[in-house]
Amino acid sequence: MVNKKKKNPFYFRTHIELRESTGLKARNARELVNILKDVSGSVIYYHTHVFLQQHQFLSPEPPNAFAYWVKHFLGEDILAERLSSIDIYQFSTIRALREKLIEVIEGHLFSAKEIRNSPPGKEFDFTKSQSFVLPTSYTAYNLVEMVEALKKVTIRSIDFHIFNVRLRLEKGINDFSNWIDTSLGYPELASKIETFDPYTYTLEGLRQNIISIIKNSPEWKREHGKK
Amino acid sequence: MAKNKTRPPILDDYIPIVGEDTIDELRLLASRLKGKRIQHINSTRVGGGVAEMLTRVIPLMRELGVDIGWDVIEGSPEFYNVTKKFHNALHGRADVIVDRDFDIYLETAKKYNKNTKITGDIVFVHDPQPIALIQNKRRMKDTKWIWRCHVDVSSPNERVWDFLATFVEGYNASIFSSPKFTRPLKTPQFLICPAIDPLSDKNKPLSQQKINSVLSKYGINKNKPIVSQVSRYDYLKDPAGVVEAFKMVKKYVDAQLVLIGNSAADDPEGAKVLKEVRQKAKGLADVHLLLIPPEHNDIEVNALQRASSVIIQKSLKEGFALTVTEALWKEKPVVASAVGGIPLQIKSKYSGLLCHCIEGAALMMRQFLHNPEFSKRLAHNGKMHIQRNFLITRLMREHMLLALSLFNKGDIISL
Repeated sequence: MVNKKKKNPFYFRTHIELRESTGLKARNARELVNILKDVSGSVIYYHTHVFLQQHQFLSPEPPNAFAYWVKHFLGEDILAERLSSIDIYQFSTIRALREKLIEVIEGHLFSAKEIRNSPPGKEFDFTKSQSFVLPTSYTAYNLVEMVEALKKVTIRSIDFHIFNVRLRLEKGINDFSNWIDTSLGYPELASKIETFDPYTYTLEGLRQNIISIIKNSPEWKREHGKK
Repeated sequence: MAKNKTRPPILDDYIPIVGEDTIDELRLLASRLKGKRIQHINSTRVGGGVAEMLTRVIPLMRELGVDIGWDVIEGSPEFYNVTKKFHNALHGRADVIVDRDFDIYLETAKKYNKNTKITGDIVFVHDPQPIALIQNKRRMKDTKWIWRCHVDVSSPNERVWDFLATFVEGYNASIFSSPKFTRPLKTPQFLICPAIDPLSDKNKPLSQQKINSVLSKYGINKNKPIVSQVSRYDYLKDPAGVVEAFKMVKKYVDAQLVLIGNSAADDPEGAKVLKEVRQKAKGLADVHLLLIPPEHNDIEVNALQRASSVIIQKSLKEGFALTVTEALWKEKPVVASAVGGIPLQIKSKYSGLLCHCIEGAALMMRQFLHNPEFSKRLAHNGKMHIQRNFLITRLMREHMLLALSLFNKGDIISL
């Protein structure tokens, strides 16, 4: 049977963020790490994902905002590279990600010969975000409908189901993989989507890659009766 | 695009630009605001960025079904002289502020507090002029008050700021355009950037014929590269610095410089700056110093920006710099100073080039003029960045989110 409808459809949702200043500013790496220890999780999430959301068309390697600031305003290239190469996808909680950021910066400070300050006016501004989750009109009951919807939803919807639910909502797995496994019963395909690194794609690239993984899978071919 | 030229844009006109989903999101947010009235209050219905923004936003919000109104306070010329001084002082300019200025402000505030009817459940008050409206809060406990600051108050005259801060902290929240513009406050400070309307006269697509006619009107050669800056003749916009930079460009590229300003007849400082710039440009070929009459301003600025090969904004101090937003939206390579809100719009070498001095500005203009593919790539990225982050639909969305956030607490809110 092709395109058999399952009982539990995938409801595409999206999210929009409202930014709020914390009023906290860091002039150097020491201040950065001290503030990082105390700020709310939404601050950590915002600064490790803002480039994906705002500059997704620019580069497939969007660094987190901490790395960008350290490189461009402190001129600390090595620390910047260490921060930007933190594999965010390996973390399933913001608490764990925060600890890693702190470990990297403190490791740098331990061996640093000098503490460089940013120029006046170029301090790091800690921002938090409030996330509003909204329904969309897209629903999928099978892989074909999922691919069709994936082509149409906003990149904010992809962002929500891949990054937000996994790390900010701490589900530990992206929504697409979760649904493909638990509702469609395709654990291998779910695993393929869960195990590629979404942080090295632009959000548009991510959309295309998920579609490509699904369409090249044996499960897709089975649904189409092409195998 | 709207077929009928006289019809103001409606939401459906924005779908080809921002996508249907963006408009659907706006409709959904608007539905969640049902039963709440939003009121905007500022000090003028015409002229200035706030009035321009509200003129576009209010009808679109009404089309979404939002109950929204816009009121203006009334003040005397004496009051507006004081608020102009306050405005300059908030920007850090060393104008002399005397006790009488505060008295004049408070006397007018007393009058507008009496005469302005507060009708909103959520009231957006724009800039310092109407800020004392918050004194109504005591008798309107259920109303949510938001102060929208359009000024960079990062290094203000402390006396003026301390005076205004007593009002600001009475608001439920304030809005600033950039984290760099914020102040230490006890109340929440939201970050919402200004935006442009892609369908306004200043930004809508123009025919090549229209562009050519404007070039012809001002005696500009359409076959020679144009470098332009749009801004009033003001020291903070550094038009003299632009002429200096252009001299360095002209040694290598046979280009034209067009400085595009508003009529400065009623602005003594503007006239003085223009005179100095004329002096600086004396004897230099291909420099056009324009004063565009207000009635033609929007379309002609649009045409001149579209005709430009490179657009520069070499300001010494800026607010958000919507002129940069407009230039990027027109897919132009932009060289701009790393001041105010400009770094939010341009990531250097990705979506434009950021400069810090005259020599740097000159070098970057040459880089763009000599490398069309490089220019094209950055200009395209710049346009995408504006499309995603700085159009009027995003501003409407964030205003509604902020209104909703006042009634919904938490980091993650399901609507």
